[in-house]
Amino acid sequence: MVTTEKLNLLAPGHRACPGCGAAIALRQILRVVGRETIVVSATGCVETFTSPYGQSAWEVPWMHSLFENSAAVASGVEAALEAKGEKANVVIISGDGGTFDIGMGAMSGMFERKHNITYICYDNEAYMNTGVQRSSATPYAATTTTSPAGKNSYGKMEFKKDVPAIALAHDVEYVATTSIAYPQDLMNKVKKAIGIKGPKYIQIHTPCCIGWGFDSSQTIAMGKLAAETGLVPLFEVEKGKQMVVRKIKNTKPIQEYLNKQNRFRHLAKEDKEKIMEKLQEICNDNVKRFGISE
Amino acid sequence: MLTIGAVCEAGKSRLNKTGSWRDYYPEITAKCTGCGICELFCPDSSITIIDKKCIINYDYCKGCGICANECPKTAILMKEERK
Ligand SMILES: Cc1ncc(C[n+]2csc(CCOP(=O)(O)OP(=O)(O)O)c2C)c(N)n1
Ligand code: SF4
Ligand code: SF4
Ligand SMILES: [Mg+2]
Repeated sequence: MVTTEKLNLLAPGHRACPGCGAAIALRQILRVVGRETIVVSATGCVETFTSPYGQSAWEVPWMHSLFENSAAVASGVEAALEAKGEKANVVIISGDGGTFDIGMGAMSGMFERKHNITYICYDNEAYMNTGVQRSSATPYAATTTTSPAGKNSYGKMEFKKDVPAIALAHDVEYVATTSIAYPQDLMNKVKKAIGIKGPKYIQIHTPCCIGWGFDSSQTIAMGKLAAETGLVPLFEVEKGKQMVVRKIKNTKPIQEYLNKQNRFRHLAKEDKEKIMEKLQEICNDNVKRFGISE
Repeated sequence: MLTIGAVCEAGKSRLNKTGSWRDYYPEITAKCTGCGICELFCPDSSITIIDKKCIINYDYCKGCGICANECPKTAILMKEERK
């Protein structure tokens, strides 16, 4: 007898790498949005691994846009539903490249026109589908194929773009950051978002074992460390209410996170101490700014 | 099948048995209480909880090892796959 048949709307057989954080994000999102949902995804790993020719992994209506315009396509879907008097959750699930970089304009327009859409960015912190190029979501000092660490470089020289703040500046109804390592947190936030009318933005931290360089079994462990060091603050802001932050009992030193990933391995060298310190400073600032410590 | 406008039937990825990708396979031991934590973390929709026990679908499990790593009871062991 089946005692716990959970709603699973991502079929097995998809072609994500073993241990893919983005695939975990999809399963947790779909569990709470349910069947009455239309999803739009920009080009990226999720789009690629769920939709090889004739073999979709989606159990809900799903549409692939281009890399740059998932928010524009979803706006059209929502407008069409409205015109026809039909109801469905319209959800965007796009990568950090498709959100922080090339999709920023379309997303801004969607927010400004106040479409009733939940925009979810799965943030694996680089362009993974095309072979790990840096994006504006890539953390400071990470090595990627287009920000390679070497004799004259310590990796990416720029800081991560604060997209939740940009979403907030659009006066959207709800903004949250979350992580696949905290499924209840993630599912609560997604559930809350789809229940609110108007534009919503959720950013999900989704470790990528291939692009970051760690063992496939460590995906969740890496997500936890990102939050526990303060590097990735988890919070939510409902319009008109005070920000709610997920507290951490004892924050961990950033080295614990960096040491476990090839993309930061070059920082272990002596002459890179200053860079390490800078990363620790980013964490300390987050802890202070968001009040992360318990 | 694909139609005009590239409309595809849902869930057809099931045709692609990703179990053949595996180097290691998860083995469930008697310590499993069926809490369902592994099911929430499996990227490949390869775990179901039946009668308070975790059941792996080896047709699709890719052997990533996340379930074994996250199990609070250490009830899952990763064993080398012999093909
Ligand atoms: C206009 C355009 N430029 C470039 C590409 C090539 N391209 C496909 S996916 C991708 C990166 C996607 O990165 P991200 O959005 O972070 O998703 P991820 O692959 O990391 O999941 C790029 C550059 C494209 N499809 N369209
Ligand atoms: S490259 Fe990373 S995000 Fe893309 S499928 Fe593989 S593990 Fe997932
Ligand atoms: S090893 Fe990975 S793919 Fe296989 S059941 Fe465990 S979590 Fe799922
Ligand atoms: Mg990405």
